[in-house]
Amino acid sequence: QLPTGLYKKVLVILHDSVLPYMNEPTLMMDFLTVAYGIGGAISLLALNGLFILIHKHNLEYPDFYKKLYNLLDPSIYHVKYRARFFHLTDLFLSSSHLPAYLVAAFIKRLARLALTAPPEALLMIIPFICNLFRRHPACSVLVHRPGGPADMSEDPYVMEEEEPSESRALESSLWEIQSLQNHYHPDVAKAAAVLNQFLSEMEDDISGLLELSAYELFDKEVKKKAVDVPLEFEQVRGLFGKKNDIFAEHFSLD
Amino acid sequence: SNPFEVKVNRQKFDILGRKTKNDVGLPGVSRSKAIKKRNQTLLKEYKEREKTNVFKDKRFGEYNTKITPEEKMIRRFTLERQQNYGKKNIYNLNEDEELTHYGQSLAEIEKLNDIVDSDSDTEERGTLSAELTAAHFGGGGGLLRKKVSSEQQDEEEEKPKSRKELIEEMIAKSKQEKQERQTQRESALELTEKLDKDWKEIQTLIARKAPKSERKDKEVEKPKPDEYDMIVRELGFEMKAKPSERLKTEEELAKEEQARLQKLEADRLRRMRGIDEQADKRRPSHMSADDLADGFILDKDDRRLLSYKDGKINIENEEEKEEEEGEEEEEEEGEEEDNNNEEESQEESASEDEEDDAADSHSDLESDLESEEEAAGNKEEKKHKAIENESQHVEKLDPKSEAGKSELPYTFAVPESYETFKSLLAGRTIEQQLIILERVQKCNHPSLAVGNKAKLEKLFGFLLEYIGELAALDLPELRTIDKLVLPLYNLCQMFPEAASDSIKFILRDAAHDLEEVIEVKGRATFPGLDTLIYLKIISLLFPTSDFWHPVVTPAFMYMSQLLTKCRITTLQDVIKGLFICCLFLEYVSLSRRFVPELINFLLGILHISLPKKQAQGYTVVHPFTPVGKNLELLFVCDKEDLKSWEKQNVPLSIVTRLKETSRTEINHIRLSCLALCFDLIKKCAALYESLPSFHEIMHPVRILLTQHVPVNEYPEKMQEWYHSALKELENKVKHYTPLICEKKKPVPLKQYTPKIVKVLEFGRKQAGSKKEQERKQLIQRHKRELKGAIREIRKDNQFLARMQLSEIMERDSARKRKVKELLGSLATQEGEWKAMKRKKWKS
Repeated sequence: QLPTGLYKKVLVILHDSVLPYMNEPTLMMDFLTVAYGIGGAISLLALNGLFILIHKHNLEYPDFYKKLYNLLDPSIYHVKYRARFFHLTDLFLSSSHLPAYLVAAFIKRLARLALTAPPEALLMIIPFICNLFRRHPACSVLVHRPGGPADMSEDPYVMEEEEPSESRALESSLWEIQSLQNHYHPDVAKAAAVLNQFLSEMEDDISGLLELSAYELFDKEVKKKAVDVPLEFEQVRGLFGKKNDIFAEHFSLD
Repeated sequence: SNPFEVKVNRQKFDILGRKTKNDVGLPGVSRSKAIKKRNQTLLKEYKEREKTNVFKDKRFGEYNTKITPEEKMIRRFTLERQQNYGKKNIYNLNEDEELTHYGQSLAEIEKLNDIVDSDSDTEERGTLSAELTAAHFGGGGGLLRKKVSSEQQDEEEEKPKSRKELIEEMIAKSKQEKQERQTQRESALELTEKLDKDWKEIQTLIARKAPKSERKDKEVEKPKPDEYDMIVRELGFEMKAKPSERLKTEEELAKEEQARLQKLEADRLRRMRGIDEQADKRRPSHMSADDLADGFILDKDDRRLLSYKDGKINIENEEEKEEEEGEEEEEEEGEEEDNNNEEESQEESASEDEEDDAADSHSDLESDLESEEEAAGNKEEKKHKAIENESQHVEKLDPKSEAGKSELPYTFAVPESYETFKSLLAGRTIEQQLIILERVQKCNHPSLAVGNKAKLEKLFGFLLEYIGELAALDLPELRTIDKLVLPLYNLCQMFPEAASDSIKFILRDAAHDLEEVIEVKGRATFPGLDTLIYLKIISLLFPTSDFWHPVVTPAFMYMSQLLTKCRITTLQDVIKGLFICCLFLEYVSLSRRFVPELINFLLGILHISLPKKQAQGYTVVHPFTPVGKNLELLFVCDKEDLKSWEKQNVPLSIVTRLKETSRTEINHIRLSCLALCFDLIKKCAALYESLPSFHEIMHPVRILLTQHVPVNEYPEKMQEWYHSALKELENKVKHYTPLICEKKKPVPLKQYTPKIVKVLEFGRKQAGSKKEQERKQLIQRHKRELKGAIREIRKDNQFLARMQLSEIMERDSARKRKVKELLGSLATQEGEWKAMKRKKWKS
């Protein structure tokens, strides 16, 4: 019922400057429910207010996890409110009473979407997934399935399925993380390689990683001191002079 | 202490090596200490609990632990001075306080200003002069006697000298003596300096000659066989050394080169896998043409010398390679400059070799007594020769190759600033610029003078900046840059650290600008062509396949930011983005690393080439939007243009300005971009086919290609591109194997035999990782502290209770006493009164 910009502005401040001062916070229930149903960034933002209602005011929300599951789409790794969203998701998924299929579905979906994520998001989401594995050991079949079929022609997981219980996530494996072990960023590759081994007991602390920005990452890399600098040994023959240079095929120096 | 006060905690079992802190205690002492402390603190507080007056300590910084005591004293002193200032001192002008150091007045110390010299003063330090002792310890009589003995001859008439005069005289004398000593010392110092200087002049001569002369001496001493040996060795050397050089055929050369490349490649692979082997020795730096005189690695020289010492004659492979390579490079150079000069250059290098040989044999003869220093000197000499040769060689080449051109000076100084550097290259043709750069490098080789290294390192920065400037021009001079990359590469090989630093600096600037723009405007635009060229140059100078590389990894990060943060609003943006995609592909072409941004961007490019409609089955991510005004940026619907399109290479100058204004040409460029995009998709597919989730990665692209792209409207060439890309995507088998974790080491069964662990430190748990250990330690410490605190509080309470009790007792006893007194006095009163009464009664 509100324009998008206003919606966003209201929702950003709702949870800490409106709700605590209301006598009857439950009155916001309808507003938040509608906002949550809109989708996209507005849903992400409405989550925070909803969480307070559920947590402090005993709001019963049917199909909450299903909706949360459907909120996950490729843009979550790129939006501005990423840190807030994942902070809340971490809270929601921290309950140990969640069924394994649900958590597995979440893990699988997050990992699938991570295939399009920038490195700063990857550095956050991989420890996030590791933490999920630690909380829900039943999901570890995703990374360790000793007695499974030797070869499958298809990933059993159904990405398009809206119902987490129907997504067959528990039959699948986390090939996405295995792919990310080949990521170009050394830290991401290292983080992804952690899942090759059995996880340690301690949970990783991801609060510091939530706000990570690309520039910080870059800065960190630039400031690293190198002992020696390896050099290219192939003699240059010009700007586009390499063997099989892609540029020479498509660009000209004019 | 008193043995009755000592309490010993006896242990049941003695364990060797364990130290316990609490086996002996002094309960009485510690208790009394604790009580004393409580008396000072807790009791005070308790007594003052109902008092509102507070004692304030206003001493400056008394309780500030941050200030060091000295500083505190200084501050207090200044405060004191400030307080006193202006009060009394109005009339007291001269009252300057005397500053002291170790009890001596500073002013006096300054006056004396004699330096204690190590060798001149030591003898005299201990012994006092006779006069002084006499004066000081002889008393008044001594003084008088002294006077008599010393001044007998000249000042007889002024006999009665006052004591004051005498002392003054003595002071004057001692001062004079001191001065004399000082002048002497100075002259000695001067002399030694002069001697040093002379020695230095001679030294160089002696260093060369001394061993020889010594050697001669030895020869004289030794009998004939040695001489014979020498001749044999010499002959053997000559016989073998030359053939070994000549035997190098083309094949062998090629083989050696191949072996070298293989080694380098193996090195690269190791780095790509990110296996860090710190122990691995440093990678042999590539020898470029200019590196013939690569002299600053002394290790190499050492090795060679050793082999000579043994009397082995074979020349080490490395050196040969170096020379050969030099030759080769020279040849290349020659080819570049003038093909006809090849023979000459070979002759040249041959003669050079001979000279080298001569030098070598020379050193061999001397080798018995050679010191390292000298070896370095020799090498240096050789280098000079080599470089001379080289420059001669260049000089010979140059006049032929560019007879008609304007003359260039043969020596150049390294420009100190960027402006001079630019003026050096201004107005020259590309070839001339190259020659200038080459000569600058040769004239200022690091082995020639000390400061040359820093200068050349600067030159790299200048060259880089110059390239950037050329690229940023309105009409970018890419051809020039294309040539300038060569000297840049050579310089980079010489000074990897400096090169990486300057490139990192540029990258940091660029990233910083980007970040600023994002913060201010909320969105970013693609950088200029210069930055793109820099990124390309990085791939030329450094191995991009490394797991981590000080330059390449930041470059990756930067490019990733460009692809995800920069808005696509114009055709130029598309071209720049595609350029960066190509860069990404090139960077990862060997290592096959996965770049999500690349796929996202290509998907977005395909998306904007479609006519506007609802996207289905795939989602585009930032910076592309499913709806918005910048859609259809690459969409071409003009039939004519579609037909007339020919695949052409996109000229990079378009990036700075779009000169084609006609619609057709723009459409053609669009189509070329699209073709490029198809090709990149094809290459990506080939690159990533081994990834386990290849199909998931490519899923959106495939849907877009198969369902949305209007293939039939495209010209035939484009359809070829399209189909080859699609084929590459489709013909990959789907292949999934369930993941299995790496096997844990099996946990051994519990056994009854004791586990033997190396104990590094007693009383400490060893197991667990560092983090966990730390955690455990913290928990333990917390527990201990908590217990201690509880104990303290309990004791405090006991102490307070005791105090209160004693107070109450005191009060009670006082009251009792008083009551008793009162009762007593009453009793006496009563008694008196009764006695009086009785009296009365009686009377």
